Amino acid sequence: MYPEEFLYTQDHEWIRVDGNTASVGITDHAQKELGDIVFVELPQVGAHLTAKESFGTVESVKAVADIYSPVTGEVIAVNPKIQNAPELVNSDPHGEGWLIQLELKDRSETDRLMSAEEYEAYLKGGAAH
Amino acid sequence: MATSTGIALKRTALYAAHREAGARMVEFGGWEMPVEYSGIIEEHLAVRTRAGLFDVSHMGEIEVRGPRALALLQHLTSNDVSRLKIYQAQYSALMYPQGSAVDDCVIHRLGEDHFFICVNAANTEKDFEYIRSHNPCDASEVRVRNVSAEYSQLALQGPASTTILSKVTDARLAELKYYWCCPASCCGVDGLLARTGYTGEDGFEFYFSSSESEKVWRTLLEAGQSEGLIPAGLGARNTLRLEVAYPLYGHELDAETTLLEANLGWICNFEKGPFIGRESLLEEKRQGVRKKLVGFEMAERGIARDGYSVLTESKGQGRVTSGSYAPYLKKNIGLAYIPPEDAEPGRNLEIEIRGKRVRAQQVALPFYKRPRNPKIND
Repeated sequence: MYPEEFLYTQDHEWIRVDGNTASVGITDHAQKELGDIVFVELPQVGAHLTAKESFGTVESVKAVADIYSPVTGEVIAVNPKIQNAPELVNSDPHGEGWLIQLELKDRSETDRLMSAEEYEAYLKGGAAH
Repeated sequence: MATSTGIALKRTALYAAHREAGARMVEFGGWEMPVEYSGIIEEHLAVRTRAGLFDVSHMGEIEVRGPRALALLQHLTSNDVSRLKIYQAQYSALMYPQGSAVDDCVIHRLGEDHFFICVNAANTEKDFEYIRSHNPCDASEVRVRNVSAEYSQLALQGPASTTILSKVTDARLAELKYYWCCPASCCGVDGLLARTGYTGEDGFEFYFSSSESEKVWRTLLEAGQSEGLIPAGLGARNTLRLEVAYPLYGHELDAETTLLEANLGWICNFEKGPFIGRESLLEEKRQGVRKKLVGFEMAERGIARDGYSVLTESKGQGRVTSGSYAPYLKKNIGLAYIPPEDAEPGRNLEIEIRGKRVRAQQVALPFYKRPRNPKIND
């Protein structure tokens, strides 16, 4: 379910690190919780993001959710399809529904993120509430 | 599941059936209710184009009976109950003296002296106490009962409703007009069948013994399969009612908002004689309202949500009461209270969305009106 090569946050974002750059999106769990996504607001290319700070919002029919950056870095790309097809976040949250690409400032920040296995355990723990 | 205050949530008799159907459950008005099954957009479109089935058993039912029942309801509600023929239904409001609503409701007249009132889930206890405390008569003249626990209520809504329901009832649906009801057997279960709803589509609401819930639910879903009937949750119920600008208590209506401000002058009958709130409403008619409910469409990217601040062209302040993406219209729409002098379709508004002012334009209500169906005599 959750790709092994991704890392995950407690706020249900994923990040795929590739050298000095990374793609960021929201997890399958997050898109299911939100329901039909109808609007995504993302930063511009060039924006500087700080780890754990909100960089945009994902809105479903019934709810608004902030998206938090897993790491510090500069936005180098924004998914061009998302504005006109926000439903991609529902249909393919770990692929076509990616949100932004970052140039990482400090790779060591990824050390505190969860592996797929840890994230799945985290979800199971959360479900017991 | 419990609320933040630790009070256990109530569940309808169909709780297990909802879980089985894959529903996502949420708290609503003290109840644990299905908010969506396959997705709000799909359910919304099913109701606009085919049919959807809603469990609305959380809604309250209050029975008022006796020789003085009509007089009591005339005193407590804004609309003219005396105009109801037997088995006719009426949209109305239980009134506070200041012209605001204790609740909005649908009154069904089941007999000369027998009324069956459908009220909002979260207001049921409050309404029941309000009616009871304003009843000057003893039980031989008016008896007020909260019968909510005895009833389940299912809403079958959408253009295919009649076709679907006709397979499982012998009630003469073609003769059942909009806002009329009749005792009927549906799916082999006796109850009260009303041609009413909260979606803006043709449809029915069926009140029946809660012990028969699963049977009616499953039989209806099966009967409607070939017409594309699917279960629909409170999420779609909300977006559907918003597209037709029906008010939702706690959003467009509350103790501080008068019926005239909420565009509900059409359910105020000033000729029927005195009723609670009449004087305040008449005074407000002379003086003018302090705020007015208007509809708007977002002109720029963004979705207005409940509680967001509104700024009018003349810098008047307002507030969004309901806002959402509208799945059938495919627009971002909303309702807001603004100063009456700024209320006019075509005029601009600015909605403050997370610190940013986003442009919207007032539009005439309702946002959506269903195409006339010549087969229905309403």
